[in-house]
Amino acid sequence: MPENILELKNVVYSFKTYGGNVKAVRDVSFEVRKGEILGIVGESGCGKSVTAQCIMRLNPEPPGFFEGGEILYKGQDVLKMNKKELRTFRGREIGFVFQDPMTSLNPTMRIGKQIEEVFRGHKEISKKERKQKALEILRLVGISDPEIRYRKYPHELSGGMKQRVMIAIALVSQPSVIICDEPTTSLDVTIEAQILELLLELRDKLGTSIIMITHDLGVIAKICDRVVVMYGGKIMERGNVDDIYYETAHPYTRGLMNSIARLDSEKKKELKPIEGTPPDLFSPPVGCPFAARCEYCMDICNEMPPAEYYFDEEHRTACWLQHPQAPETEFKRPVIKTEGGEE
Amino acid sequence: MTMAFDHTQEPLVRVNHLSKYFPVGHRSQLKAVDDVSFEIYKGETVSLVGESGCGKSTTGRCLIRIYEPTSGEVYYEGKDITKLSKQEKKEFTNKVQMIFQNPYASLNPRMTVKEIVGEGLKLNKLPQDQVDERVEQLLETVGLNKDHMSRFPHEFSGGQRQRIGIARALSVDPEFIICDEPISALDVSIQAQILNMLNRLQKELGLTYLFIAHDLSVVKYLSDRVIVMYLGTVVETAETEELFSNPMHPYTKALLSAIPEADPERAKSSRRIPIKGEIPSPIDPAPCCRFAGRCDKCMEICRQSVPETKEVSPGHFVACHLM
Repeated sequence: MPENILELKNVVYSFKTYGGNVKAVRDVSFEVRKGEILGIVGESGCGKSVTAQCIMRLNPEPPGFFEGGEILYKGQDVLKMNKKELRTFRGREIGFVFQDPMTSLNPTMRIGKQIEEVFRGHKEISKKERKQKALEILRLVGISDPEIRYRKYPHELSGGMKQRVMIAIALVSQPSVIICDEPTTSLDVTIEAQILELLLELRDKLGTSIIMITHDLGVIAKICDRVVVMYGGKIMERGNVDDIYYETAHPYTRGLMNSIARLDSEKKKELKPIEGTPPDLFSPPVGCPFAARCEYCMDICNEMPPAEYYFDEEHRTACWLQHPQAPETEFKRPVIKTEGGEE
Repeated sequence: MTMAFDHTQEPLVRVNHLSKYFPVGHRSQLKAVDDVSFEIYKGETVSLVGESGCGKSTTGRCLIRIYEPTSGEVYYEGKDITKLSKQEKKEFTNKVQMIFQNPYASLNPRMTVKEIVGEGLKLNKLPQDQVDERVEQLLETVGLNKDHMSRFPHEFSGGQRQRIGIARALSVDPEFIICDEPISALDVSIQAQILNMLNRLQKELGLTYLFIAHDLSVVKYLSDRVIVMYLGTVVETAETEELFSNPMHPYTKALLSAIPEADPERAKSSRRIPIKGEIPSPIDPAPCCRFAGRCDKCMEICRQSVPETKEVSPGHFVACHLM
């Protein structure tokens, strides 16, 4: 098995507000392996973006704070880093591609300067080398005429082009992980396809691991190797892409799949939406966060959080329906081991 | 599939060589919509698809007179909508309504739900007690309840706000609703709720929809006929099944091949037809095929003249020199 580059262990992250603490991420653990594309999927407010920003400590602290857990990058705990260590960690080890390329680039700076900004403080690199590197990276992300684009301002580029520049900035210091937070949501389908293909190509060429955060199951299907499904600040199900799509073991994952119109869905046949709304994270439910919207909900679901049930080393789910005493449903599968939860 | 719509009857909406230009800078024109013609028949759902900047929203807005067309005509039930008398104009606005894309921006934050939904009714001089009753009824139709009447928009989630927007559109008993990307700002599980509701309302109230969207899976699921636009012009029009199984225009082919499918095996095996470059600027475009610069089958004639729209099979229109 390839080595783990990044490991999140029981991370709990909350925000202080006047109304009390919002528990955005509640006991989340997963790992990112070398050269893989890991998808994190969920609806707005499920904690996927906060999780991603936690890894780089990008959330403003305060109001945000860690209640527990550790984030290990190549064995080193990110939470114990001081300001200086964090700075080099953010710049050199992990890249971040933001959702909206229109607002995340500095409108008053030329593209080239924004890419070179990454090297600020690196005294060993000369001005000429910096420019060389910037041009090289622009070429790598598929921007034609890099010498001309180097001198352009963000408003002179199209949306797809700006997102390529964002990826270039994330990549220029050759990080081992890039986190992409909904990188294609604001783009058109043809441009989205181009950007996804670029990410796949870069992974194959550079061996960079990618964390792909999205709510679009189509994007996950296209490029991810493994998937983590989040809801209400917790992980509901995880596994290889094929496990998640073809061997779905959690009612929430099934609900997500059913609620989208697909190319092969029957015309105007009623879709099956997930009724209700996501939980209130000021006082999250004690049991399974999905219980209130789940059509298979049992009494126990509201009372205690479920354990994580393993079907194999990759595919696991946190759902009471997998308990040996639970009734037979379409989700039930042979379980090899369980972890967490009280029996 | 047999069509349930009688295409020999008079169309509900007829768009005839519609153009909308916006002046930019010194003597330049942004041709947002350029010579677009199509028809919409009673009871059908027609989708306008295309990438951002192709003019689909501008077309929708011209149809409801938010924009005045630069040239061309829009006929509603045989009458030119730009030449209506005051009385006819009022009737027109009661028959045609619009649902907007962004439910966060399209509701007045200083009005209560009752005022928002009841505004159209008040303009129709309905007495207050009847307005209240009707608003209550409308909220129920869209899955909200009367407790919500005195609340303000910020107290609602995106999906609920879109429901308020839909209730507002329905308040005047329209026949024809223009839905401008009604679900693209919503979460996946909420999108399905809204789509189901639009379908149900169409069945119950016999509505006609013009659905403006860029999500092609949704378009395929929802519409009877699809109009594909590119840079202000219509490139292809066909019935949904026909368009998705037999796209003819190189742009439509490329667009359909780029749809992200929520199925790992198919998503990984599907071959995308690449499109070169980016959408060119709609400011003073050259008088030729708009797609010529990016088309892999571009011929000399494509750069010289605008292709005529030809009917390649019944109901399937393509504007391309290849045909």
